[in-house]
Amino acid sequence: MTEPGLPHLLFIGAALFFIGVFGFLTRRNLITMLMSVELVLNSVCINFVAFNRYLWQERLDGVFITIFIIAIAAAEAAVAIAIIIHLYRSHRTIDVGAAEDMKH
Amino acid sequence: MMKGETIIFWLLAALTLGTALLAVTSRQIFRAAIYLLFSLLGVAGIYFWLHYEFVAAVQIVVYAGGIAVLIIFSVFLTQRSGEDLPKPSTGRMLVAGLATLSGLALVMFHVLKHAFPVSILEPSTATVADLGRRMLHTGEGGFALPFEVVSILLLAAMVGCIVIAMRVKNKNL
Repeated sequence: MTEPGLPHLLFIGAALFFIGVFGFLTRRNLITMLMSVELVLNSVCINFVAFNRYLWQERLDGVFITIFIIAIAAAEAAVAIAIIIHLYRSHRTIDVGAAEDMKH
Repeated sequence: MMKGETIIFWLLAALTLGTALLAVTSRQIFRAAIYLLFSLLGVAGIYFWLHYEFVAAVQIVVYAGGIAVLIIFSVFLTQRSGEDLPKPSTGRMLVAGLATLSGLALVMFHVLKHAFPVSILEPSTATVADLGRRMLHTGEGGFALPFEVVSILLLAAMVGCIVIAMRVKNKNL
């Protein structure tokens, strides 16, 4: 096996992204779909950090973008879970098929 | 003979991708959340492997400590225990699997074809003090504006959560 380098990290990023997309397409439960979105965001972070490390290691732009992505992901998860719990209170389910009406 | 660094890299990759795959296929939602936690920790390990200790620490604190716990709590609040998720239809699994595998093949084809100008790796010299200085620097290469925008975003998310939670309370009264 060769020394791990940029292509290997990009492979991990791409594989994690498509695992997340697979989960997003097959799951019908809002919490599991949110978990898939978190995987997709993590794959993007891996790509940014890997590019920063291997191509522009004298700069820190990839690291900063990763930190901002993590902050935005935290805000997104908090709002999404607030909406999910609100949906559960009004519909008694968090299946996406059950949430067809806009206002209850 | 493989170097220890290489072995650790492949172990971290296997941990991240294996638990991620289990997280999106597990039929028990609580187990899926725990697998997601391990996958996030694997990503933090990859950041450690790349010598970005601060990003790895932020990943562990925010993702493993915050988001995973939030997801586990929402599982407790919305799921009845002992109930499995319904199995997705075979056709949907097939189409999703085919689409994601072909997408992965396409991306990897282009990644492997492209010659990246990889420079010789020097040990990372980015300390937390460097990051902090750059974060609040307003000139060239500073990130003061995105920092402020993210702080406003977090404030907006906080207000949004409170508004969403309050509306239910009024309805129940």
